[in-house]
Amino acid sequence: MSAGQAVTAGAVDRSLQGKRVDVVGYVFAGILLISLLFTLAILAVLVGDQLQRGLPVLIERGVDFLTSPLSSNPERAGVAQGIIGTALLAALVSLLAFPVGILTAVYLEEYAPANALTRFIDVNIRNLAGVPSVVYGLLGLAMFVALFQITGFGNGRNILSGGLTLAVLILPLVIITSAEAIRAVPSAIREAGYGIGASRWQVVRTLILPSASPGILTGTVLALSRALGETAPLILAGAVLGSFSTGGGIADLFGGPYTALPIIVFDWARKPQEEFRALTSAAILVLLAVTIMANAIAIYLRNRYDRRW
Amino acid sequence: MVTEDGARADPQPTTGDTMPSTTIPDPVRRDGHATDPVLLEPPFVSTDVRPLSDDAVPASSVAPVIRLDDVSFYYGSFMAVKGVSINVPTNQITALIGPSGCGKSTLLRTINRMNDLIPDTRVEGTVRFHDEDLYASYVDPVEVRRRIGMVFQKANPFPKSIYENVAFGPRLTGYKGSMDELVESSLRRAALWEEVKDKLRQSGMSLSGGQQQRLCIARAIATQPEVILMDEPCSALDPRATLQIEELMAQLKENYTIIIVTHNMQQAARASDRTVFMNMADDRAGYVVEQDQTVTIFTNPSNQMTEDYVSGRFG
Repeated sequence: MSAGQAVTAGAVDRSLQGKRVDVVGYVFAGILLISLLFTLAILAVLVGDQLQRGLPVLIERGVDFLTSPLSSNPERAGVAQGIIGTALLAALVSLLAFPVGILTAVYLEEYAPANALTRFIDVNIRNLAGVPSVVYGLLGLAMFVALFQITGFGNGRNILSGGLTLAVLILPLVIITSAEAIRAVPSAIREAGYGIGASRWQVVRTLILPSASPGILTGTVLALSRALGETAPLILAGAVLGSFSTGGGIADLFGGPYTALPIIVFDWARKPQEEFRALTSAAILVLLAVTIMANAIAIYLRNRYDRRW
Repeated sequence: MVTEDGARADPQPTTGDTMPSTTIPDPVRRDGHATDPVLLEPPFVSTDVRPLSDDAVPASSVAPVIRLDDVSFYYGSFMAVKGVSINVPTNQITALIGPSGCGKSTLLRTINRMNDLIPDTRVEGTVRFHDEDLYASYVDPVEVRRRIGMVFQKANPFPKSIYENVAFGPRLTGYKGSMDELVESSLRRAALWEEVKDKLRQSGMSLSGGQQQRLCIARAIATQPEVILMDEPCSALDPRATLQIEELMAQLKENYTIIIVTHNMQQAARASDRTVFMNMADDRAGYVVEQDQTVTIFTNPSNQMTEDYVSGRFG
């Protein structure tokens, strides 16, 4: 009897032990890890390289670099106009693209009938997200710059044109990410809302949007970060390459010449003087810092909203 | 077995006496009535036809609050429910039983027009609430769902506090009275007050499964419906939590009419007054095989199929 038990126990033991090393499994896990490390390595090299070149400038010039206007003299050149331009663009893009994009997503997900037309629109919004940004720049030139020119708002090459162009550029991204966040809201929540006698508007406002807001925020801010890094559409939509002086005042801020951090990076990188290499890297670091700050604000808002539940 | 269960349509199952939870409901109910003037008289209960005793009076003498007349339901061209006629008597518990996929839930959801939310669906026949055709063109489905509440298979509290979960419905309608009192009385009626009174600000999601389901019942009660639809409310709950819900239903039927879909035949036998047995026809459309007093369905069904089903021979 006890011998029989021992045999059985042995068999169970053997059956529980892995018969061989799971080679494919280890290889697959290894590939996953390598992919991750590869991505991290590229990021580290890029950031490290720029830090190495640009950090000395930032340390040496300090706040002066951030507050000085553009100049052809590398000793005096700063990114103040770029920071103002990028901040204004961020505000304009947020004001224009976020509401329109989120409302479009709500319509597509909660209101639009599930028919062929809706699917057609959905597919084409996804296609729009894949259109090269320079094409949006041409659109901005043809539409917004021309519009402001005709209406006599300066020469049309102002920050409003740039903001509108970037807003249109990221609109598809905002719609797609918001729609996905809305779709991810459990249908049980919707049913509960409708089951208790909430109208569609009430379900959307009190249940779906609050539940989806962390996802919507994440998506929209990622889209905003992309917009802030764009160069080509802004060049077409009238951003100034090179130095200019700003007169100050609101009218000049919105109607006058403008630039943005990526434009400055692009401009300085083409300059022949060796001193501008380090300045370019310093400007890149400032742009990175601005983008990270935008992301940090989004994460802060998201966490704050999460806690409200 | 079946006979015993059938006879125990009595709201207090004998096994429940050993459970601590059974001591909660009685004081709870009294307090609920005493502290809340709003809910003292449920708005739409027709008191003139109330049964003297739930088990003694045959259904025919009780005014139906819901009447389904030859109701068919289509998903696109697929007929899911075929020619169902049911009278749901006031202040009783009506159970819908039958094998999976026979259209019980679909039928239940036609009663508060939840199926309106599914595109490409269609209802034929008439669903009456008192004498009102719920599918008449002038009827607002949102209003229907306020009068006919619903509790779902999976407890689905909102990701809000316990208090806000209960207050959600009344807020929608701009409830004017004291919200605190309404929340308390609703939670008392759902036999949940004692367990949550000190943590009303905590998330409804933090409760146990059974508590969540009772929270959903409280949420449904708070809008002061006449009818509560329950779609397999206990299918995800353990036996103890299931028993609590059944005891709760027995109390609730004093003020509400309850229609419950259940896969659990013991539950139908224990908790319901009337039972509607549905089955699937060859074309997969659900139809009503037999409906009667629960005791009759479980002890002396007139249809062989019903007998086979309630005795566990199929389904």
